[in-house]
Amino acid sequence: MTIVVVMEQVPDVAEELAIAPSGTDLDRDAISYVVNEYDEHALEEALLLAETSGDEVVAIGIDATGELDQALYTALAKGAQRAIKLTGDFEGTWLSTRTAARLLAPVIEELAPRLVLVGVQAPDDLDGQLAPTLAALLGWPHASVVVGSELVNGMVRVRKELWGGITMLLELALPAVLGIQAARQAPRYVPVSRVRQVMREASIEVRDVEVTSDLAPVPVRLRFPEETGQAELLTGSASEIADRLIELLRARGLL
Amino acid sequence: MAQRIVVLVEHLYGEPTDVTFELLGLARRIADSDGAIVEAVLLGEGVRHLAETLPAERVILVEHPALRYLAPEATAITVTGLLRTDAPRLALLPNTSLGMDVAAWVASALDWPLVAYCQALERREGQLVATAQLFGGKILADVAVGTSPTVISVLAGAFAAAALEPAAPGTIEVREPPAELAALRTHAASLERPAAADVDITRAEKIVAVGRGIESKDNLELAEELAQALGAVVAASRPLVDAGWLPRSRQVGKSGLKVKPKLYLALGISGAPEHLEGMKDAELIIAINKDPKAPIFGVADYGAVADLFDVVEALLERLGG
Ligand SMILES: Cc1cc2nc3c(=O)[nH]c(=O)nc-3n(C[C@H](O)[C@H](O)[C@H](O)COP(=O)(O)OP(=O)(O)OC[C@H]3O[C@@H](n4cnc5c(N)ncnc54)[C@H](O)[C@@H]3O)c2cc1C
Repeated sequence: MTIVVVMEQVPDVAEELAIAPSGTDLDRDAISYVVNEYDEHALEEALLLAETSGDEVVAIGIDATGELDQALYTALAKGAQRAIKLTGDFEGTWLSTRTAARLLAPVIEELAPRLVLVGVQAPDDLDGQLAPTLAALLGWPHASVVVGSELVNGMVRVRKELWGGITMLLELALPAVLGIQAARQAPRYVPVSRVRQVMREASIEVRDVEVTSDLAPVPVRLRFPEETGQAELLTGSASEIADRLIELLRARGLL
Repeated sequence: MAQRIVVLVEHLYGEPTDVTFELLGLARRIADSDGAIVEAVLLGEGVRHLAETLPAERVILVEHPALRYLAPEATAITVTGLLRTDAPRLALLPNTSLGMDVAAWVASALDWPLVAYCQALERREGQLVATAQLFGGKILADVAVGTSPTVISVLAGAFAAAALEPAAPGTIEVREPPAELAALRTHAASLERPAAADVDITRAEKIVAVGRGIESKDNLELAEELAQALGAVVAASRPLVDAGWLPRSRQVGKSGLKVKPKLYLALGISGAPEHLEGMKDAELIIAINKDPKAPIFGVADYGAVADLFDVVEALLERLGG
């Protein structure tokens, strides 16, 4: 039986971001891509589930960046058995969540998994999160913000986090779609040498897919948040900053 | 018939959550500007008494055991059914853990547009524009909405709550639960409360909050030392708690706790929207971060673009830590 994990590459938000002259997308040339951190957790959770259940883990992704191979080989090196890359006429574009879901759904249906795990959200999810979008298309039950899962008696028992430590416990019939917030343990590390070895020994299956839908792109304009000018910046050496901070705290009776 | 703006009522342990009133307030302001009416969709089991507390012209009430905790499948199916029949102009849902599982599902099932992570919704030159917060809060996206039915999932804490209007209770319209609720594939739902915490960060007057910039569990000692010297408690962003460095009870933010201390000193925290949701109402926010573009500086009163370790060390020297 199969567990599918969807891997997406997203702009690294720790880096400086630039907006393209069109104003409708980031400047893709100036972006460095990373695997969506929640997808790393989804992969880890899938591998942990498969360790007890014996399921085959299939990592699948849409190559919108031309750089997805690295992420998929890394997934294979970590323990996924198969990797599938969807390619098409969308490289370098910002795929909406719904378009991504429509590209993924038929491939997932064909794989007939009992679970689909995806990251709970991505930094570019303007039209919502992938897990519930996919679930609606596939007609399978779902839960997001999942922080624990367990396969029992042909069902998946999940822990969905609300807030302040309150969790909702759910049992979903299979197949089901989960949006993973955090795996039970930190995503495993795999040495680069192991990834290189996998690159020589394993291969990524490639499927050419087409964006056929009538989905008009939403008319969007990107901008940077206004400088609220709110934070008064303390400058100088660390010692000078510390002096100012202590002064500030004293003046407010906080010290 | 007047245009309608629909709001999904989120509730937990028998109480509407804060974000529900924020959504109703937002709906009210838009409705007032163009004569629409505000409709609250109240789903649950034994929740009829909440209907009178909701500032809305009309409350649509659907009760069913499967809706008791607003579990994803049952809620998404029910909301989809209601929106399909009623086709309001806007459907406002909270971008919370509960709402997230409903908004994208419903929009996808109806094939309506969806704007998620909405932090502003206002009329500009006659056009309704929704502003979404993307890329960890570093980029805003303006989307023109409202020409066709649209789902908007709204960030908690982004809008002022509606005033309660007990003098003008709305009409309550009871609807039958959809037939699909008899054939759900979600079988059990229950809620679990957290274990008791060692420290209640919601009561602390001063908080030293650390984020991924602290780099390692060992470095937390520095934060502890500083907290002691300041008479503060240590809290953290989510990744540190996920890594098991601190208990869940120390987490500030969307899925953690909301705090409002006199001092919030943020060390190496980028200020993702999910974190800001929990601390932006603190009285005094001071942020130390290496990245001058870190969104935390957008809510801080004072900031320093600096290495947190240098600043903490300098502070400890002065405070005799
Ligand atoms: C459904 C959901 C719920 C969530 N709930 C929460 C929540 O409740 N609370 C929460 O916090 N997050 C929550 N998150 C996660 C949130 O989106 C962010 O990922 C998280 O807040 C980032 O934590 P951070 O700022 O510590 O890490 P990062 O975003 O990685 O930021 C680290 C920062 O440290 C700075 N830095 C690094 N080294 C140094 C140094 N030496 N000196 C100074 N600065 C340095 C960097 O410039 C960077 O800005 C949630 C996410 C989801 C999807």
